[in-house]
Amino acid sequence: MTTPAISVPRPEARIGDGPLNGFGGVLGAEWTKFRSVRGWVIGMILAALLTIFLGVFTAASGQSSCGFPGGPQETGKACLPYVPHGPGGEVVADSFSFVHQPLTGNGSITARITKLAVEQRTSPTSLAPVLVPWAKAGIIIKQSTRQGSAYAAVMVTGSNGVRLQYDYTGDIAGLPGSVSAAHPRWIRLTRSGGTITGYDSADGTHWTEVGTVHLAGLSSTVQAGMFATSPNYTVTQNSFGGGTSNSESTQATGVFDHVSLTGSSPGTWTGTTIGNQGPAGLRARGGPGPAPYTRAGGTFTVTGSGDIAPVAAGAGQGLPTVTIGQSLVGAFVGLIAIVTVAAMFFSTEYRRGLIRTTLAATPRRGAVLAAKAVVIGAVAFVAGLVAAVVSIVLGVPREENSGQVLLTVPVLTEVRVILGTAAMLALAAVLAAALGAIMRRSAAAITIAVLLVVMPFLLSALHVFPTAVGDWLLRLTPAAGLAMEQSIPRYFQVTTITSPAAGGYYPLSPYAGFAVLCLWTAAALALALAMLRRRDA
Amino acid sequence: MSAAVQAPPTAALQTAAARGASLRYALHAEWTKLRTVSGPAWLLLGVVALTVAVSVAAVGATYCPQDLGCPVDTTKLSLTGVQVGQAVVAILAVLAISNEYGSGMIRTTLTAMPRRQAVLAAKAILLATLVLAVGAVAVFGCVLAGHLILPGHGFTATRGFHPVWLSYGPALRAACGSVLYLGLIALMCLGVAVIVRDSAVSIGVALALLYLFPIVLASVSNTHWQHRLERWTPTIAGLTIQDTAGLRGLAISPWGGLGVLGIWAAAALVLGALALRLRDA
Repeated sequence: MTTPAISVPRPEARIGDGPLNGFGGVLGAEWTKFRSVRGWVIGMILAALLTIFLGVFTAASGQSSCGFPGGPQETGKACLPYVPHGPGGEVVADSFSFVHQPLTGNGSITARITKLAVEQRTSPTSLAPVLVPWAKAGIIIKQSTRQGSAYAAVMVTGSNGVRLQYDYTGDIAGLPGSVSAAHPRWIRLTRSGGTITGYDSADGTHWTEVGTVHLAGLSSTVQAGMFATSPNYTVTQNSFGGGTSNSESTQATGVFDHVSLTGSSPGTWTGTTIGNQGPAGLRARGGPGPAPYTRAGGTFTVTGSGDIAPVAAGAGQGLPTVTIGQSLVGAFVGLIAIVTVAAMFFSTEYRRGLIRTTLAATPRRGAVLAAKAVVIGAVAFVAGLVAAVVSIVLGVPREENSGQVLLTVPVLTEVRVILGTAAMLALAAVLAAALGAIMRRSAAAITIAVLLVVMPFLLSALHVFPTAVGDWLLRLTPAAGLAMEQSIPRYFQVTTITSPAAGGYYPLSPYAGFAVLCLWTAAALALALAMLRRRDA
Repeated sequence: MSAAVQAPPTAALQTAAARGASLRYALHAEWTKLRTVSGPAWLLLGVVALTVAVSVAAVGATYCPQDLGCPVDTTKLSLTGVQVGQAVVAILAVLAISNEYGSGMIRTTLTAMPRRQAVLAAKAILLATLVLAVGAVAVFGCVLAGHLILPGHGFTATRGFHPVWLSYGPALRAACGSVLYLGLIALMCLGVAVIVRDSAVSIGVALALLYLFPIVLASVSNTHWQHRLERWTPTIAGLTIQDTAGLRGLAISPWGGLGVLGIWAAAALVLGALALRLRDA
């Protein structure tokens, strides 16, 4: 009764003997299947078009306007304030109250800091204390009073202990704990040529080196002194369609004594407000603003507002910023289309019974799975590449013209964002195809693929959950791969919020997020292979 | 070619009666189709489970520390699950018709019931009824979660938070409105599926309708566009029915927002009915 196999492959017989040999033949077959289904080709083109359209639309729609009431109104680029760039070329915030003297040649500055108070303006006349982790007060050696110039500073912070920070992006931890009259902090900066060393001490006798940094191109006369500043305090409120962030300016007050400056002829202390934010941002509202410091004997009280740090992506940074990643926000819509096509690429074979023909022609089931993965992955990669390049080329100039500050990144980072977005779409497509092989039914495969890949991004981007829950969704699910779209590094010394839809941050770094997606795809492929081998088609 | 099998003696009366009968038969047929496959039952169960689970997660992760003000709309927070549960409702609605297209069953259905509008009406009525019933259970679970968990997380009446319970008028409106919202989402997605027919594409289009606009809203910084999106898109406008705080700041009133979703659902169903009538199955 048992019918013999129609053709028993001889041991030396190769899969797909004929005009196309081996894996190349299987690959060719799968490519033919893909390109000859018009709906799938249209779906992939649609994915690229949707990505581009949404990205360019959001980039172009952010028009800001400004001007005095009754006066001429301006829009777009004209509204931008002066935006300083740091020595590394990145956009930085450089606003603080500075009590300084020129320092020529080598020398050092030492001070004891006994208090750091941070306040938020709750009404025009009253202030209330608030905890701002990166409020800072300390001593600084800075190239000049120009915004964006090189510097090194030792400081106490709201809740991050003593830090040595330099040239905006550098940050080294010193003594932990907060500062008070009972637990003061002694801090010292020593300059020797272009090298600056920071020290801290709890008692003024036992000093510890925090770190040594080299500032390129430091001139012989620099400004040395005390500073205080405090970044905005941001409250995010969740609602469907994006959390609204309310950013309030705060002010930090540092109390210094035992101030000594050695190395140059003794000068007099000058108070300068760097940037346009004086204490509590009063200066920004047009008034002259209170003096940035008061002096009583040897005690200096310095009050300032702003930040000395790189500008991070997302809301709450005091500037309307955009990133190149923001013009890729449409990728998630493209992702829906790609995932749909990819899931059907495998599951449709079961619907029509074509899988039996496929497996009869290529009995090595692993080869079929691999060929399908390669074909759909390559197609999705190309679609994603085109979409990412066009989105950025068309979107970024529109972002800049609409009066937003583009946070520029090195060319290599741009290449990584573009290739990473394409690779992310390719991996998601392979994952969806593997799900199609596992589920064998289109609707089920698409639903699961969308739930795994797109839904976590949506839930997090729409602030459906509190941030903590949303962050875990973006760490554990395949949607973590979307982290490849972030272009601005996340600095520890800048408080940021997760804001994937606004071109901001993901909870994982780009490559870590990509690795999570890789793991999911590998697991799905392994499961698909096991089930494809075990089950009859 | 063929004469009518029965020449109607009093045409108008006969048609009306036939219409009633055909709708009744259609409803009966649709109900039989629905209850004899396991898929819809699982999806309905999924609506309840996912909606309540997401609400519990959202409520459980939100605390109001002692010394800080908490700008939280507790009712809206408790009903968070609806934003996710609606995806399952959409899939249920899409599969209600597109499965028939996928398997070719639609040809049998339309042969047995040549009155296509009756078939669509029966599907819509049955789907809406089921979704409303299941939605009521799910929304009640959400309200219960908020009612039980939130006071323990600092959202107490002594600090000025209204209880999340049906005795509080706005909460009752938000809860009932959320049930109606799910029903309207189902009808809109049914309309989409009738127009699109293919199950996979329909699911993609339906999910895009639900979630595309909110993402655009989150990434657009132009206030004019934000206002337009808040007023006229199905999910953003529709979900204003859940707002109980800061109603003055809303782009559209809660019932007005639900009305906008109603317009979307009606438009999708009318277009779907037209497509069903004009095209060969």
